[in-house]
Amino acid sequence: MGSVGAKDVPVLLSPEGLRIDGRRLDELRPIRIEAGPLHQADGSAYVEWGANKVMAAVYGPREVHPRHLQQNNKAVIQCKYNMAAFSVDERKRPGLDRRSQEISKVIAEAFESVVFAEEFPRTSIDVYIEVLQANAGTRCAGLVAASVALADAGIPMVDLVPAVAVGKISGQIALDLKKEEDNFGEADLPMALVPQSGRLVLLQMEGHMTPDELSKALDLGVEGCKAIYAKMKQALRDRYTVDPLPAEAA
Amino acid sequence: MTAEVTAEIRTAHLLDLAAEGKRLDGRGPDEYRRVVVEPGFVTTADGSALVRIGNTTVLAGVKLEPGKPFPDTPNAGVLTTNAELIPLSSPVFEPGPPQPGAIEVSRVVDRAIRAAEAIDLTRLCVTPGEKTWVCYVDLHVLDHSGNLIDAAMLAGVSALAHAVVPAKRFGIAESDYPLDLQHVPTECTFIRLGDALVVDPTFDEEQAAQGRLTVATDETGRVVAMQKGLVGAFSPDDVREVVRRALVHGDRLRIAARGGKT
Repeated sequence: MGSVGAKDVPVLLSPEGLRIDGRRLDELRPIRIEAGPLHQADGSAYVEWGANKVMAAVYGPREVHPRHLQQNNKAVIQCKYNMAAFSVDERKRPGLDRRSQEISKVIAEAFESVVFAEEFPRTSIDVYIEVLQANAGTRCAGLVAASVALADAGIPMVDLVPAVAVGKISGQIALDLKKEEDNFGEADLPMALVPQSGRLVLLQMEGHMTPDELSKALDLGVEGCKAIYAKMKQALRDRYTVDPLPAEAA
Repeated sequence: MTAEVTAEIRTAHLLDLAAEGKRLDGRGPDEYRRVVVEPGFVTTADGSALVRIGNTTVLAGVKLEPGKPFPDTPNAGVLTTNAELIPLSSPVFEPGPPQPGAIEVSRVVDRAIRAAEAIDLTRLCVTPGEKTWVCYVDLHVLDHSGNLIDAAMLAGVSALAHAVVPAKRFGIAESDYPLDLQHVPTECTFIRLGDALVVDPTFDEEQAAQGRLTVATDETGRVVAMQKGLVGAFSPDDVREVVRRALVHGDRLRIAARGGKT
């Protein structure tokens, strides 16, 4: 990624099999998910995942803008993934670049696979993902946040969509790469799972893996997704569990 | 159509309340919402602050990079303020190039930072005419529940107050050093509802407003910038009243800018 002052390749895996932050190969970074932090959106979620900080908001179903994208038999799902200028080490120029557009597209397609869009013809469901602080795996963190935000907005879906990236560091398959591992690792494979069906609705890969490694990576990713799925459901329960005590005045 | 009808009813209701010195959320006309500043929210930035005024949330990130000074100011650093009213923060914002609203927020904040001489730009100069620090203040609106200008200003100035010049990272000095603020400007915004001047408007109050007036002050008691916005008008006495009250609120906001709660 060519960050300023980048030095030699760091040791990504200790002789004991521990990673630079002390994790084992199959261990996730700490994840905190909050449903409904925003007040103007129909649904929202905030995710802190390792050093990633991602906010997502959902608006709709509402009028389609631009109009020509409107479909008479179902809702269109529009996604905007965007990185804040200050979210990375070297300031990113604000606005859409090709990477953001591609990520927006694959995330929108992942959600199209689970949302009952035919229930809302001639409308748009708009999903906004803002990366506030980035440390590898932002598309997965964004997808997780957006998925919880869709549920928070009351959009009917087959299931929540957990996501995680699996990678390869020092020849070993590892779950949930952080930035240094992503920069100096050998492969990166982000995926998103529909737990109900066991199918992947987002899958990308960059780097090199043998078929055996790839197979192992998929298994590891599915396990990771299941762990994240539990946290997503818990975030929604926390938001919608009625407090037996009188609520504190806002 | 229904949205327009409800807006009209809401406006009438807000005006009725204001005439009695009341507001929809139970505040008095001169009562500011709770302010929370969380400095250092983003570790990838050289300075940052998450600011909440009630439900309104703005995240500011400061980035410093070496660059070229402008030819007409060879001894001064470059300051760039940019506001993003991203569609995540409100149903009224759409994706695309900056709208006039975003440009207004960034320019009003930028003006107050410059006019108050919040940062000594000459200290950002590395080699006159050739190399200087470029200081980017990026304002990211996350939740637009009214009074964006005050929230953006507070976020920007808090982020600058906690910013560190990354001199070591760019090989310009042996170690990093704090950016340091000379002055702490804050903005304070009022709207007019009938005869009432109401501080720190919510989103709905802004929709009903008959004019908006923002006054930037600093800790020396100076007024450093003003901006009248929206359709509506203020009498000179209104302006004097707003300035007087803005100085009082400004002092409280300045405590918050340093990371305190008000």
